[in-house]
Amino acid sequence: MKFFISLILTILLSFAACLFLPWWSIAIASFIVAALIPQKPLKAFFTGFVALLLLWGGLSFWISNNNDHILAHKISQLVLKMDNPFLLIFATALIGALVAGFAALAGSYLRKTK
Amino acid sequence: MRIVPFIVSAAVTSGLVVVLNTSLLTPAPLGKLLSPQHGVWQNAEAASQDFSANLTFPQLNGKVEVYLDDRLVPHIFAEQENDAYFVQGYLHAKFRLWQMELQTFAAGGRASEILGEKGLEHDREFRRLGMVYAAEIALKEVEKDPVIKAECDAYTAGVNAYIEKLTESSLPLEYKLIGYKPEKWTNLKTSLFLKYMSYDLAAHDDDFELTNAKSYFNAEDFAKLFPFIQDSLDPIIPKGTVFEKQKIFPAAPANVDSGYFNNHDLAVTQSSKPDRDNGSNNWAVSGSKTKSGAPILCNDPHLGLNLPSLWYEVQISTPAFNAYGVSFPGAPGVVIGYNDSCAFGFTNGGRDVRDYFEIKFKNDTRKEYLFNGEYHATKFRIDTIKIKNKPGFIDSVAYVQLGNDWCPVMYDKSFSGGKNTNNKYYAVRWKAHDASNELRIFNMLNRAKNYADYSAAVTNLHTPGQNVVFAAKNGDIALRTQGEWPAKWKGQGDFVMPGYDTAYLWQGMIPQDEVPYQYNPERAFVSSANQKPVDDNTYPYYLGRDYPPYRGIIINKRLNAMSNITPQDMMTLQTDNFDIGAATAMPFIIANMKEGELNATEKKYFDILKTWNCSNDVGSKGVSVFDVFWNKFDSVVYNDEYAKAPKVVMRPFFSTLVEQILKDSAYKFLDNNTTPQVETLADNVTAAFKNAVPQLEKLEAAGKLDWEKNKATRVNHLAKLAPFSRLNLPIGGGYRSINATKVDHGPSWRMVISLTAQTEAYGVYPGGQSGNPGSKYYDSFVDQWAAGKYYLLWMMTKEQAGDKRVIAKMSFNK
Repeated sequence: MKFFISLILTILLSFAACLFLPWWSIAIASFIVAALIPQKPLKAFFTGFVALLLLWGGLSFWISNNNDHILAHKISQLVLKMDNPFLLIFATALIGALVAGFAALAGSYLRKTK
Repeated sequence: MRIVPFIVSAAVTSGLVVVLNTSLLTPAPLGKLLSPQHGVWQNAEAASQDFSANLTFPQLNGKVEVYLDDRLVPHIFAEQENDAYFVQGYLHAKFRLWQMELQTFAAGGRASEILGEKGLEHDREFRRLGMVYAAEIALKEVEKDPVIKAECDAYTAGVNAYIEKLTESSLPLEYKLIGYKPEKWTNLKTSLFLKYMSYDLAAHDDDFELTNAKSYFNAEDFAKLFPFIQDSLDPIIPKGTVFEKQKIFPAAPANVDSGYFNNHDLAVTQSSKPDRDNGSNNWAVSGSKTKSGAPILCNDPHLGLNLPSLWYEVQISTPAFNAYGVSFPGAPGVVIGYNDSCAFGFTNGGRDVRDYFEIKFKNDTRKEYLFNGEYHATKFRIDTIKIKNKPGFIDSVAYVQLGNDWCPVMYDKSFSGGKNTNNKYYAVRWKAHDASNELRIFNMLNRAKNYADYSAAVTNLHTPGQNVVFAAKNGDIALRTQGEWPAKWKGQGDFVMPGYDTAYLWQGMIPQDEVPYQYNPERAFVSSANQKPVDDNTYPYYLGRDYPPYRGIIINKRLNAMSNITPQDMMTLQTDNFDIGAATAMPFIIANMKEGELNATEKKYFDILKTWNCSNDVGSKGVSVFDVFWNKFDSVVYNDEYAKAPKVVMRPFFSTLVEQILKDSAYKFLDNNTTPQVETLADNVTAAFKNAVPQLEKLEAAGKLDWEKNKATRVNHLAKLAPFSRLNLPIGGGYRSINATKVDHGPSWRMVISLTAQTEAYGVYPGGQSGNPGSKYYDSFVDQWAAGKYYLLWMMTKEQAGDKRVIAKMSFNK
């Protein structure tokens, strides 16, 4: 239950923060959720990781799909040196997931006592 | 709290954020760039994007409604004229901001701010040429003209109204990729952009290359290599035309032979320059030659092909005028197009209006220069060129007064454009430095109703000089070889000139009433294709030696023969691939090939050449064979003479070699001066063909013998990013064809306007209305253009607001 609440909260808070703040506010969002809702460190990491994997993966897929992947074809060639929109979407999701995962890990250690 | 794991995980998080927010370890700040709510994903425009908007700006004086059609062309309806320019500025910024700013950075010598140190040579060259100096002078002219000043102010305010609304996520894609932000637009930037067009169109000269050629060849050989006259010339203003009485009499200096023509000093400096073939075609035919009985006007300006395109299509409708055509993102008004009464278009005049003068300073401080036997004080312009991630570069450029004009000493000991200048100093006198007000022309043409309005409008055009074509619904057609041209004595400015003697300076400008033009001529058409404007034998002023003759010949030949012309016939003509230059050379190539000396492979390629129809079509192999052969032929003929020539040196034109051979089959340069025997034309032709075959075999093995694959026309993204460019377009043509499509240069806008009661207009450009590579409108016209097809242009009326072509409405309110 804690996992799902944390997951949803992280997604919502990250999305809201990014409306006003720079992209790295996803780290703050994940950190706060992990610090407020105590979970085991690994579970917290997993929560942050999955939350942003879903949020950034979902958002970029939705945007790209509406765009008929016109831009993703071009940017993937530029950044990944191969023409693969879905790899670019995955790379986007993975970047968000890693940052959020480690931020959540830090958040859980803030609360964690031995 | 578990201190150590907390610190470690917090540090990893911070480290990740730093790495992903900068380019320290990754090629780009990937987190910032790929964040779906901030980065490039935000530029992925939905295919079903609705552009409708309701906007309020206190800068407006009335209401403006903009209807975007299904090609994303805006139809601007404004109650107040200057509001239309405000909205045009806003739309240019909305769809083309990055390009607009980049062009002005390039024009003003500020590329280093974006590119870092690799932009420095470009920046120094442009500043030393006096681009900013020229733009400042032009801006002063604008400020003296209340109408144009108000137009510019409104346009600038519109651009800035859009820039002010930008957020991190709505920044154009290239700003995110390169990592910088746009600055405020100013009227000076518009002025800089127009000077950039002057650079592109009126900064071509071969002064240094010709000076070096003159120092190397003897006078007799030089005259054979670089003749004044082209035998094949069919001038813009037909031979036999009687000109106004001459009023300016430029006189060559007394010592012109010893001090100039026979001076064999080398001038080795060299720098990048605009494409030689920045030219164009335009013509208009009278109603007597058309099926409808109404005049038809056509124009296709040949320029560098880029994405986003130089052009942006627009309709501007105000109580004072209603015009449709292409505009320059960066400047107000319609540049090439039509209104309810007439149509107008441009080709480049191409005369040499940039000359170099050797300056003698008293010493290396450059503080005093010699002029007419006395020393005078220099003025300095000290520029700090900002460089990305580096301290700025301070460049001091000396300005010397030559006659009445202050000219920058472009090349000196600190700057030589990458080559050795033999420690000499060269000042540049460029017509684009002179005060002028180019926006006046477009302002007046947009509302022109008749020939008198057109004449009054175009005489404002000083630089870049253009052949301005005109046709009106009342049946008039006209073409004026417009510009403010220096009145030169024969040979003046072909070479670097002494800059310490009044006698070598320009002695005046050709009076406007002596500028050649045609108005409703008997032949019932007017045309220009950058050929020499007039017959040298009857026009009193010197016009230089560098003009491409062939497109003009074939256009006039075709137009002469045509009757009952329809707009479709004109489209066929604009996309005609016939190469009349090659057709002129082919008979002597065929007749002089020693077929008996060719082996089986060589024979095979010669058969391809022999059966070629001299048309540079898609799928044609003959044109590739001709192209490779001709390069080898030119080398076989001239390389022996050029073996010891200076590195920077002029080579004869294609037309010169063809015409010299037609005149004299024992042309002196056919002999290879490294062999004891005397080579003939047949020896040269056969040797060149044998040299060409290995290259042709390689092309064929690579599957590139078909002309379009060999040529591989592309439309490059302005930052040369390949995924944002369109490569390998299947299109024929070449630089001697009416369809002058080369590798990355060619018809940048094709337009055909039939001035029937209800105007019938067609146009296409190799780009798209949106500058955003993430939009489906980014390159949506490219395939249509490559296929030689056109769009029907829609001069919309307000009553048609409900038409199904309208996809969005933007309202601008005060």
